[in-house]
Amino acid sequence: MASAVHLRSAVALAGRFPALSGVDLTVAPGEVVAVLGPNGAGKTSLLRACAGLLPVTSGEALVLGCDLRSDRTAVRRRVGLLGHDASLYEELTAAENVRFAVRAAGMPVARVDPALERLGLVGRLRRTPAGRLSAGQRRRAALAVLVARAPELWLLDEPHAGLDASARTLLDGLVREVAGAGAAVLLSSHEPALALPLADRVVSMAGGRVAGDERKPVLAAVEGQPDVA
Amino acid sequence: MWRDALLVAGKDLRIELRSRVALWQVVPFAVLVLVLFAFALGPGRSTLRTAAPGLYWLAVLFSTVLATQRSFAIESGEGTRDGLRLAGIDPAGVFLGKAAAVAVQLVVIQVVLGAGIVVLFDVRFGAIWLALVASLLATLGLAAAGVLYGALSAGLRVRETLLPLLVLPIVAPVLIAGSRAWSAAISGAVASGASWLKILGPFAAVYLAVGVALYGPLQETA
Repeated sequence: MASAVHLRSAVALAGRFPALSGVDLTVAPGEVVAVLGPNGAGKTSLLRACAGLLPVTSGEALVLGCDLRSDRTAVRRRVGLLGHDASLYEELTAAENVRFAVRAAGMPVARVDPALERLGLVGRLRRTPAGRLSAGQRRRAALAVLVARAPELWLLDEPHAGLDASARTLLDGLVREVAGAGAAVLLSSHEPALALPLADRVVSMAGGRVAGDERKPVLAAVEGQPDVA
Repeated sequence: MWRDALLVAGKDLRIELRSRVALWQVVPFAVLVLVLFAFALGPGRSTLRTAAPGLYWLAVLFSTVLATQRSFAIESGEGTRDGLRLAGIDPAGVFLGKAAAVAVQLVVIQVVLGAGIVVLFDVRFGAIWLALVASLLATLGLAAAGVLYGALSAGLRVRETLLPLLVLPIVAPVLIAGSRAWSAAISGAVASGASWLKILGPFAAVYLAVGVALYGPLQETA
């Protein structure tokens, strides 16, 4: 089966500066990979490069079989990114935000309500402008966009941030569900205790490179640490 | 592309209806510009009537800058900018949609300003159709140029101050041709007025074509 992500010596630029300095990483469909590392290690840059938002200037970089160096548009249509900022229009309601994303992707609007319900955005919450939702509710609305679009590669940047316990449980269930359905998941986290139970593999980053790539069972020693950084 | 343009225009206009920035800030600003110029010129009716087309188009130009800034403020957060790029929308569709939304707002502003110069400056049109055609073409050109330069400055920290510096000199032909066409429309000199449409039409066509072609690369660099 083709890899969902295949990077070999990939270099990506953020402006004029290298954000990734020769990354080697392979992620299989259905695999959940946790990306850990200190601030500035390149976790967010890795996710943004995989989403086609940072230009890859050298090395091999294939996402879902599309070359990131020549066909970023095709990649973007098939991946979903949950960034630090929820990508929501503040004046639009949660439902309108999801509807816009679904229609932009050329998908039927019938996908909107199930996605909102899956994230617990029902009743008054679905009609509330995103700008008036709490940080956690906004995060859930942003996740509802991803659920409705059903991308083949989920890129989750600090997905647990700002979520309460019930929303974290919801997120974990969602990650397991989409991975079970064959989507690849790449999630970055500062909290190994939250990321490790979800991950099949753990990649640690430092200085814009992959510093370690291990299957989860050998990482039991890491779980107790507050920050793998 | 057209489906995407409709989607983006609908989204931008819905946001505008909710925030009412155009209605409560841009429209009053445009009227204020008109009134302040009238104060500066003095109470002479003939002076005001002569100056009315130029004042009208100056107010429209300033409003274009504000409407364009607002159009890009909607996606000023990194998340929404990324969201639009990841949405799978054709960049040409984003350009046309944003230009259409700005154009609709400019039409509303021009209706109010038009009523303003009729009431405040006692202007009467000899050939109103000429003024309407000139306004339509100028609106398309202003919206297209505004959105194109808005995209150019969108990712910069100094975008609020840079945009007027980029846009106002570029749209000077619209100010000149629009003012002359309106002067002709007021006096009823259709032949001389129609010749200014030959500037407004190509201006709109060129900026629409350049925007469709270049919006994608501009969106990437923003």
